[in-house]
Amino acid sequence: MTDRRDWPLFEVFLRGKRGLNHVHVGSLHAADPEMALRHARDLYCRRNEAVSIWVVPATAITASSPDEKDPFFAPSGDKIYRHPTFYPIPDDVPHM
Amino acid sequence: MTDFDEYGAYESLSLDTDDHRWAFGTGFADPLAGIDVTVPAGVDAAALARQCLALGDDALIYSHRLQQWVTRAPELEEETALANIALDLLGQARMLLTRAGQAEGNGRDEDRLAFFRDEREFRNVRLVERADADFAELTARLLIFSAWRLAVFQALTTNEDPVLAAIAAKAVKELTYHRDYAAGWVIRLGDGTDLSHAKMQAAVETLWPLVGELNLGKEADAALDAVFAAATLTRPSAVPAATVAGKAGRDGTHTEAMGYILAELQSVARAHPDATW
Repeated sequence: MTDRRDWPLFEVFLRGKRGLNHVHVGSLHAADPEMALRHARDLYCRRNEAVSIWVVPATAITASSPDEKDPFFAPSGDKIYRHPTFYPIPDDVPHM
Repeated sequence: MTDFDEYGAYESLSLDTDDHRWAFGTGFADPLAGIDVTVPAGVDAAALARQCLALGDDALIYSHRLQQWVTRAPELEEETALANIALDLLGQARMLLTRAGQAEGNGRDEDRLAFFRDEREFRNVRLVERADADFAELTARLLIFSAWRLAVFQALTTNEDPVLAAIAAKAVKELTYHRDYAAGWVIRLGDGTDLSHAKMQAAVETLWPLVGELNLGKEADAALDAVFAAATLTRPSAVPAATVAGKAGRDGTHTEAMGYILAELQSVARAHPDATW
């Protein structure tokens, strides 16, 4: 019998009815992408959460390392002027 | 919604609101919203009651069998999939038994029909009573059942009873997924290793005598043939399961598994009649 650990890991992204983009919601095991899509439907869409699903092999994701936290993220910590907080946003500009 | 929903939290789930406290879409829909439940003139109420009862019993008993896989399925993901399918069927059973009670007109509701009828009053086909011996039987039976039921409900979407037609329209979407789910596994295992192929072929052979009772139509036949071909399975030519004096599941004659199912299904409701929670 095939060990469950032979099934690769997939990351699941959902787009909700009101969502504008897919959001990572979790991961699951499946034998192939088609099965992963079905599993995602059964595990993450039970409560009317989604209108679209993406599944991505976890191995396809390149992630930043915690060791690189400072060089990666610290430099933006004091650049307050990069936030659009110094001018008013017009009321009719949505999703900001 | 009643007084327990003081803050309207449950009610808000059924409405497509702009309430952004919910991360995802709500908008749950009542499939029978706006449909008059009086039996239309010209519809044979007794025949409608019999039809809804039979289809409701199929769903109720099969749902129970599928629920028995919970905590026993080979994978967590499959277990959730099976529980989802069992819940879909339980929902169908509830609506169909409710409709059967309305058409019958004797004041029996879904609970009365589900929990307080004896074995010989149940009208489900015998295919749904079987306990699955293994995962191959589970998926083969789900394929046969959902291919057959999907074809039946597709025809019912134009039924002269608007309630049954609405129930069928909702069920068609669910059953399409059930059939695809089962077909995926039958093909994967049938066209898999020598062992998985042998087990899947054996499962189909075991179940086939019970298929005679279903009266598969052309569509269900074609769907099954397509899956069997992709799964490299041979369609069996088994003789139909024996009837008892010409009677089968739809007449209230069941296999010996049925008594055990009902004992488990009904014992709590019978020990505490009219209990609420």
